Amino acid sequence: MVGIVVVSHSEKIATGVKELASQMAPNVKIECAGGTFDGRIGTDCNKIIESIEKVYSDDGVLIVYDLGSALMNSEMALEFLDGYNKEKIKIAICALVEGTVAAAVEASLGKELNKILNSISSLNINKG
Amino acid sequence: MAINGFQIKDIIYKITDVIEENKMYLTELDATIGDGDHGLNMSKGFQTVKEKIKDDECKNIGDMLKKVSMALISNVGGASGPLYGTAFLKASSVVMNKAEIEVKDFAKMLEEAINGIKARGKATIGEKTMVDTIEPALNGLKEAIENNLTPLECLEKMHDAALRGKDSTKEMIATKGRASYLGERSKGHLDAGAVSSYLILKTIYEEIAKSR
Repeated sequence: MVGIVVVSHSEKIATGVKELASQMAPNVKIECAGGTFDGRIGTDCNKIIESIEKVYSDDGVLIVYDLGSALMNSEMALEFLDGYNKEKIKIAICALVEGTVAAAVEASLGKELNKILNSISSLNINKG
Repeated sequence: MAINGFQIKDIIYKITDVIEENKMYLTELDATIGDGDHGLNMSKGFQTVKEKIKDDECKNIGDMLKKVSMALISNVGGASGPLYGTAFLKASSVVMNKAEIEVKDFAKMLEEAINGIKARGKATIGEKTMVDTIEPALNGLKEAIENNLTPLECLEKMHDAALRGKDSTKEMIATKGRASYLGERSKGHLDAGAVSSYLILKTIYEEIAKSR
């Protein structure tokens, strides 16, 4: 089953989005990478790497993000990540809340990574 | 005119001091049209930089700059973390295993840095970002080198171009970063990232000029 990493500038947003998505799809692995390591607003490359490692499986990982540096740090995390099949880790360009909920539901139904990416692509809000 | 690793370390320390002195200024600039954390984030990042290179033996400039990069990537938090982190990482690869560098090496470092920043931030010139300071600075430096000016004159040209580039962001409308949400309202204010990158380039020039 595809795992999900929620990257947000705010720890509370990341936790809230996870809470919302888990209500719809309780069996899906969702990890939060919200805020910086010392609790400030911001995103953190290392936190994203750790979150990917926690939810990774051969089925893949979907990263969803909120604003600017969340994407930059997610891309950087992918570059630094070692020992994983990076083809199986994708960054979704979509509205954070809607995209995460939709992806979690699809993942819980056992859908493949690329199919999930495809189906949430309509939730793109001119991001990225 | 070669610059050795010890001088580079001193320049990085000085950059840390300058960022610290300008912490509130950068944060105020950012608060006007962004999210208001640029100065504090940069301060946090460069304080860690200072700590991480403290025991560096200055024999491998590339390695030292890689430490700078990692400290910024892990500690800044805002967009400037991945951007400056990428810049220093790309620059470090140019001078890996070198104990001293010439002005031509520096031009190559700056070129790699700006290419890294543009790729990471998907930004080009004219979008009210640090690119508007660094790209003209690189062009000024390269042109001066081609015209066979002295290394110090080359760095002076770089500084002057960086200053003009930084000032040019005032009248631009932001299309990247948090300021882009403000559209027209971003006009009339300097971009905080353009200012911090100007401060870094200015410090490099001034410190080298001072040591002549």
